[in-house]
Amino acid sequence: MKTFTFTLGGIHPEENKISEHSPVERLEIPGQLFVPITQHLGAPAKVLVNKGDQVKTGQLIARGEAFISANIHAPGTGKVSKIDVHPDQSGYRKTMVVIDVDETEVWEDGIDTGTSIIRSIPYAKEEIIQKIKEMGIVGLGGATFPTHVKLMIPDGKKVETLIINGVECEPYLTSDHRVMLERAEEMLVGVQILMKGLGVNRAVIGIEKNKPDAIAHLSTMAAGFPGIEVAPLMVKYPQGAEKQLIKSILNREVPSGKLPLDVGCVVSNAGTALAVYEAVQKNKPLIERVVTVTGKNVKHPCNLLVRVGTPIQALIDKAGGLPENSGKVISGGPMMGKALNTLEAPVTKGTSGILVMQQGESLRKEVQNCIRCAKCTQVCPMGLEPYLLAQEAKLEKWDMAEADKVMDCIECGSCLYTCPSGRPLLDYIRVGKSKVGNIIRTRKN
Amino acid sequence: MSLLTLSGSPHLQTDRSVRGIMFDVVIALIPALLVSMWFFGLGALKVTLVAVIACVFFEWLITKYLLKAASTVGDGSAIVTGILLAFNLPSNLPAWIIIVGALVSIGVAKMSFGGLGKNPFNPALVGRVFLLISFPVDMTSWPVPRFEGYMSLGGITDAITGPTPLALLKAEKLAELPGYVDVLLGNMGGCLGEVSAAALLLGALYMLYRKVITWHIPVSYLGAVVLFSGILWLVNPGIYVDPLFHLMTGGIMLGAFYMATDMVTSPMSKKGMLLFGFGCGILTILIRVFGAYPEGVSFAILIMNAFVPLINKYMKPKRFGEAVQNG
Repeated sequence: MKTFTFTLGGIHPEENKISEHSPVERLEIPGQLFVPITQHLGAPAKVLVNKGDQVKTGQLIARGEAFISANIHAPGTGKVSKIDVHPDQSGYRKTMVVIDVDETEVWEDGIDTGTSIIRSIPYAKEEIIQKIKEMGIVGLGGATFPTHVKLMIPDGKKVETLIINGVECEPYLTSDHRVMLERAEEMLVGVQILMKGLGVNRAVIGIEKNKPDAIAHLSTMAAGFPGIEVAPLMVKYPQGAEKQLIKSILNREVPSGKLPLDVGCVVSNAGTALAVYEAVQKNKPLIERVVTVTGKNVKHPCNLLVRVGTPIQALIDKAGGLPENSGKVISGGPMMGKALNTLEAPVTKGTSGILVMQQGESLRKEVQNCIRCAKCTQVCPMGLEPYLLAQEAKLEKWDMAEADKVMDCIECGSCLYTCPSGRPLLDYIRVGKSKVGNIIRTRKN
Repeated sequence: MSLLTLSGSPHLQTDRSVRGIMFDVVIALIPALLVSMWFFGLGALKVTLVAVIACVFFEWLITKYLLKAASTVGDGSAIVTGILLAFNLPSNLPAWIIIVGALVSIGVAKMSFGGLGKNPFNPALVGRVFLLISFPVDMTSWPVPRFEGYMSLGGITDAITGPTPLALLKAEKLAELPGYVDVLLGNMGGCLGEVSAAALLLGALYMLYRKVITWHIPVSYLGAVVLFSGILWLVNPGIYVDPLFHLMTGGIMLGAFYMATDMVTSPMSKKGMLLFGFGCGILTILIRVFGAYPEGVSFAILIMNAFVPLINKYMKPKRFGEAVQNG
């Protein structure tokens, strides 16, 4: 079997897929749900309910009105007790709809909660996009870009291939892995729906070779779905980064500042394909997702099907509670995830995992002088010079940072990971990206 | 619940450290040290120990009393500088000269620029060149190794001195040149670490395996040496020796694998490394064949060190998406 991979840079952090054999379990709905009105990339959704309103599960509670925005639905049945600020995963207080959950769940009319799999897709392209938009589907890989926007191809662009990202190159995370094993057929129907929405005949599912069971299972299943193939990928971080995945599978490089569209493809996450299936075939909005709860000291590492708005504390309790020597709790994987400052923050559409790190692992290495070993340059998957970009950001040489392509950085963290001197390269580069980004926007206006 | 740590991603860091890299270099240098002890006796060990201790001592002294900063001795880079300096010295050099060399290496070439990572020139080579210019007689009287030298450890080091193969070459005494086997094993006059190409290669393989160095600089360095000396040899084999002889004598192996590859003073991009190595190779042969000194490795690398900022500025790595392919 041919193995695909990208050419520039990359690293091999320890995989630690502790929870890969734990089947997905449903986490019971907590007493209160905190539903942020921004769970996606783009403008916040406009709240449609008032304090005191009774809502059903799956009812639209906030509408995404801007071009890039997404609808938000009630993840549980109950009364809206308040619409107020509450800390989110960034630690900032954001507007959220708080629902006091009733004991009996009532679903919004028209939602099919049955388990039978519907394979025929009687919808036209526009209907598919409309349904995906209504159901508030966003990319579940972490970037949470509204899926319906991705399917609207601007005039003059041509898309031939849909790439499904089942790579899950982040260490520890296993949620997509479990979805691909347990919900393969539904996911494949979702892929077909996306293909129809895009008007393409070919879809490639990229999976890293550390998931041989998923590769085997999906390859067998995909035989019944014309146009869908599985590509086994070399285990190398960041194999699942959009541009690297396109390079691996199609051997095309998305030029600086361009989109996958510009090289004739669209990339969507494996979990998103399942959400698309549920949205289109079952009329079910995106109100729950699979979240991996893991860590070396976590008592029961697991994969949980969680309602959006569930406080992270509830997930950790389910996994056996916060271990004694915990030093850091991360939303997402250890390479690109965010460190949380409160466990009250709720799960959102983009939460792929909760990782609890021990005290010893949580602290950064002591920072020493740069010894110019060039390891950061060798591992950068974008062919940048992290040591130089960090220095330029430190010295506030924004024009030089722009010329050295600071905006191409995908923030994968390979540079910081690999630096023997423990230098905070990506921290500085992020500052550079933000400053240079502002400068570019001001110049355009 | 205890307070949670907050930091930007990534939350994982490699186990590799500066200290680990430096000790890998030390391990890689051990075979060559053993071979030079075999040929030069305990003198080789003495020179190495004096150089290492002096380098570490001066770094400690400077950080503690001049910079009043936390000691950086623990990173192991002073040990590497000490060994590399010793490998560039003859085994019968008086200790006080070695100590002067260590002071120049650590004090002038390294710490005055801000310590590890900030120095533009290879510290060991600066020390070596300083000694070569200041003490030309002591620095070029090479003890002659005897294959049976190990039986009289220490006994022969000061007794007999003779020229290196390259000095013979410079004096146009081609007939007295040692044979290839002696040259490969190191049975010839020269600095401690210049003598055994085989032992140096063994250590270099270890460094390549541990990813302390990449192939780019050594390959382009040696390639340039072969190319340039090969052209000269083809033009007139009567007065120029063949490329193989150049490769295995003098400091080319030590220079190409251990000195030119010094992380701090070599370029950052792969393209830059190739150019840097190529320049070192051309300059080495240029000095050997047409210059006043019989050996040109130290000067060649130091000259190329000066070009590193310029190389870094113009030789950028291959960017993702730069060459737009649509295959």
